Amino acid sequence: MGKNIIMNAADIRRTLARISHEIIEHNKSTQHLILVGMRTRGVPLANRLAANIEGFEGVSVPVGALDISLYRDDLPSLELQPVVKSTDIPVNIDNKAVVLVDDVLYTGRSTRAAMDALIDLGRPHSIQLAVLVDRGHRELPIRADYVGKNMPSSRHEEIQVRLKESDGTDEVAIIPTPTKEEQP
Amino acid sequence: MRTIQQEKRVSLDGKRGIPIDSVWQHKHILDLDDFTPAEIELVMQTTDAMHEILSRPIKKVPALRGKSLVTLFYEPSTRTRSSFDLAAKNLSADVINLAASTSSVLKGECLVDTLETLEALGTDIIIMRHPHSGSPYVAARHVKAHIINAGDGWHAHPTQALLDLYTIRQHKSKFKDLKVTIIGDIKHSRVARSNIWGLTKMGARVKLCCPFTLLPMGLDKSHGNFPDIEVEPNIDRALKGADVAMALRLQLERQQSGLLPSLREYTKMYQLTEEKLAHAKDDVIVLHPGPVNEDIEISSSVVHGPRSLINQQVKNGVAVRMALLYLLSGGTH
Repeated sequence: MGKNIIMNAADIRRTLARISHEIIEHNKSTQHLILVGMRTRGVPLANRLAANIEGFEGVSVPVGALDISLYRDDLPSLELQPVVKSTDIPVNIDNKAVVLVDDVLYTGRSTRAAMDALIDLGRPHSIQLAVLVDRGHRELPIRADYVGKNMPSSRHEEIQVRLKESDGTDEVAIIPTPTKEEQP
Repeated sequence: MRTIQQEKRVSLDGKRGIPIDSVWQHKHILDLDDFTPAEIELVMQTTDAMHEILSRPIKKVPALRGKSLVTLFYEPSTRTRSSFDLAAKNLSADVINLAASTSSVLKGECLVDTLETLEALGTDIIIMRHPHSGSPYVAARHVKAHIINAGDGWHAHPTQALLDLYTIRQHKSKFKDLKVTIIGDIKHSRVARSNIWGLTKMGARVKLCCPFTLLPMGLDKSHGNFPDIEVEPNIDRALKGADVAMALRLQLERQQSGLLPSLREYTKMYQLTEEKLAHAKDDVIVLHPGPVNEDIEISSSVVHGPRSLINQQVKNGVAVRMALLYLLSGGTH
């Protein structure tokens, strides 16, 4: 009902291929690169970007997974605690160019939490941000370095990213949600 | 190329799309008798995440920033108290350590008054150890803060049992039908009681081994809903085929109170030695909640031997308590 598909599997594949090229181009070399996926859906995206980069350049770039639950700024206001998963970053991030990977960029608060989490793990040379969808409505001064698709949206809509690894299919959809009170 | 295992989907908080656990139902942690297996499993998984934090050079995350926490100990403790203290600090909570021996308790203040004072000071979580069984339940009725039982009399020590479960889980593939033998002074052991609840809920088979004078009353099914366990006073038979051997501290005053004929006899019959462990499985692991009376309930060679996980237990204690503090401090219970 009212679900509008904005990216299908082929779109996602092409978009990730383009972002992979942009990451290589921007960083000039893949030597100091590490891709860090934000749990949950950033992780398979990071894996796919790494597979693309390996395909294009023949270099295997390390991939990590970052859990930001313990860094959220809304912990006291949630009714139940978010499930904490392990952060799993295979290499030291000191002096590395870290590309954070997430599915949707929205308020920017998750990115803020992710940057704090990363900085607790070391001192990267730089942190870049790659997202599949940027839906606007930023609440913090944060922007993405690599954007799959700019998707201006209303706060009353839900952007649903589904990936084969976690949901069995590749698709990005926009779903209108019934209007409640205006969200803050 | 390295790929990271994808986790199963958990339910999502509708508005914000955050993975939320709807499994956790506790405001207080008083004993494991009211835990579901799913809750215990959630504690184990959360502990895995906390473990990773402990392996970092900077072992601190901001999850409990602004929360204040009191450890209120009416009995001496080294590991429980310091591991709660560390766990809270690793999560950025503010900790006040209160020992009954240095507080107004000495001036005759009663438990409820002390708790109300702590509440007035704005304490979010109270971790308490008390010599009277059941006192954390009284506390939970009187204050709004979360109460964690860090040992009450002979009754319960749930955080110790959870760290024992976690230590077992690190070494054994599953709890189902795991043979666990608990040896020693069961009667006076809150650790044993909480472990019996936790282990049986996860499907392990628990055997108790002790002289009958150290066996508590009411361990069988006829007393309410106590879990199904086996009692075997002969240690060789009790250890036969065991996957886990858990020795308990023998408080030396038990002999004076007439429960044991002599310490020598107890040591001869019940001390966990390499020789007796030979009856267990080859890959048996040895646990002890500490502090250890070496060469009384367990021989030094076992304590410091390759099967002993006693130091691992202490290390896991911090991670388990971080997980519990995180799970408890959530939201608006």
